[in-house]
Amino acid sequence: MTKATTARSRERRTGLYLLLPAVAVLLLVFAYPIARSFWLGLFAQNLGTELKPVFIGLSNYVRILGDGHFWQVFWITTRFTVISVAIELVLGIGIALVLNQSFPGRNAVRTITILPWALPTALIALGWAWIFNDQYGIANDILMRLGLIQAGINWLGAPLPATTALIAADVWKTTPFISILLLAGLQSIPSDLYEAYALEGGTPWQSFTRITLPLLLPQIIIAVLFRFAQTFGIFDLIQVMTGGGPGGSTEVVALYVYANAMRYLDFGYASALIVVTFLLLVLAIALASLIISRSRSTAGTSD
Amino acid sequence: MTTASGSAHAQTTQPPPAKGAPLSLRRVLLWVAVGAIAVFSLAPILWQVLTSFKLNEDIASIPTIYFPSRFTLNHYLELFSRRPFLLYIANSTFVSLTSTVVCLAIGTPAAYALARLRPLGGNLIQLGILLITLFPGILLLQGLLEIVQFFRLGNNYLALIIPYTALNLPLTILVMRSFFAQLPKDLEDAAKVDGYNTWQMLVQILTPLTLPALVTTGILTFIAAWNEFIFALTFITEETMKTIPVAAAQIGGTSVFEIPYGPIAAATVIGTIPLIILVLFFQRQIVQGLTAGAVKG
Repeated sequence: MTKATTARSRERRTGLYLLLPAVAVLLLVFAYPIARSFWLGLFAQNLGTELKPVFIGLSNYVRILGDGHFWQVFWITTRFTVISVAIELVLGIGIALVLNQSFPGRNAVRTITILPWALPTALIALGWAWIFNDQYGIANDILMRLGLIQAGINWLGAPLPATTALIAADVWKTTPFISILLLAGLQSIPSDLYEAYALEGGTPWQSFTRITLPLLLPQIIIAVLFRFAQTFGIFDLIQVMTGGGPGGSTEVVALYVYANAMRYLDFGYASALIVVTFLLLVLAIALASLIISRSRSTAGTSD
Repeated sequence: MTTASGSAHAQTTQPPPAKGAPLSLRRVLLWVAVGAIAVFSLAPILWQVLTSFKLNEDIASIPTIYFPSRFTLNHYLELFSRRPFLLYIANSTFVSLTSTVVCLAIGTPAAYALARLRPLGGNLIQLGILLITLFPGILLLQGLLEIVQFFRLGNNYLALIIPYTALNLPLTILVMRSFFAQLPKDLEDAAKVDGYNTWQMLVQILTPLTLPALVTTGILTFIAAWNEFIFALTFITEETMKTIPVAAAQIGGTSVFEIPYGPIAAATVIGTIPLIILVLFFQRQIVQGLTAGAVKG
């Protein structure tokens, strides 16, 4: 063995030691619970079995297929996620474009824009529940003053208004995340591209659709991917604002899993639900990474 | 409004705006958009602040009183006298600070190893780290609950500190790794010649240089830990040990018709003030950390 290779292997060993604590914590907190869910998903462990695990093969998964409640929850979550993320993306692009302009006080405005993202979701949810309060809420008051509605809406007490209120709160809370990412993307687009395009007589709208959007696409996909995963697992906001109500109309996957594990103590079934959600997320992530690598190779730009 | 615009002094020197008439319409539109963004971001927070200082009669008045003529501190006093809110603040601070320190302490060496030492399985670890940033906490809750019960960690802050550390490790490792990768290698070579081993070099030479990156990731970790809800709700049930988000969410009246809006608003304000201060002072670092974390992924 030469001197270089012993130094190399010593370096590798040091590297492993340095990694060890972090990897151990990550395995404990991420890998174990997920692996445990895969295992426990094959068992019935609930009040019926006196909380003892009884092997039942894939029965939990068969039960999920026929669980109308789960599919309703799945549909509610998907709808909430798609609508919220779509609105956040449009608003986020708009805000990023504005913040990319130069104007006095730009840093202050940027600071203000980040605020909603940084604040605790559970507390923000309390604030929005107050805004959408059916009796004294400011949302009803503003809409009535504008003459848009005649009587106050029972925002959190009816399915469609409750969903609307939740989407409004989620959009407010998480749009900053998207605009921050996209602003960084915008700043990396060289300005001479725009100047050249303007010289050739391109309108601002054309330069937006032909330069900005294509070059921003990788950041847009990353932002959407992050937001999609986070929104799909949303818990705090909905738990605090509506608790999944009224009548389960805003019950999302995370609330359903939580209820199965913590309220019905149906651990086996909750595990199977976790596995299904996990696999769906992995599938979505795989699809998104495929699109990202495609868009990167076709656009021919580096990250 | 005054507190927010008070940070305007941070404004850097921008090129003078808009020369010539054709641009002025554009300037007007820009300012309308800026105003809309500021109102959009601030109004819900300000409404909560305003509510927290209103008398109960003004809170529950129809039509809504936007700018009350009288103010009260009673809602805040109630939080501190009838509920242990000072304790909740202390709890949140302790858990968040500890998580941040632990996260940096074990994340920084790991990041250095990934950036420089090319350990076996390094790429796999890095891929795994990228993936797990996308998994919501609910997927981990039940497994963690078993661990917590097995080690009897219920109502023990370790049940929060360990998950918070883990949840923030991916971002910490990604940001610190890219920072280490940018450092000039000759610094480390020189240190080796001087007889430092890897650990001494990391602690004595590199860490002082990485201070800006440590601040960035530390702030993001602190914010995430301060805001976490579902684990805090599940693992800490002892009233005096609760963190702010859970304690505030559980303020209730004696009946549904008697929801104490004033104290809730005051609790919201108290729970958010530390974060508002952080954002005001560290806006730049937060933006850097967020974008670095996401773009590397």
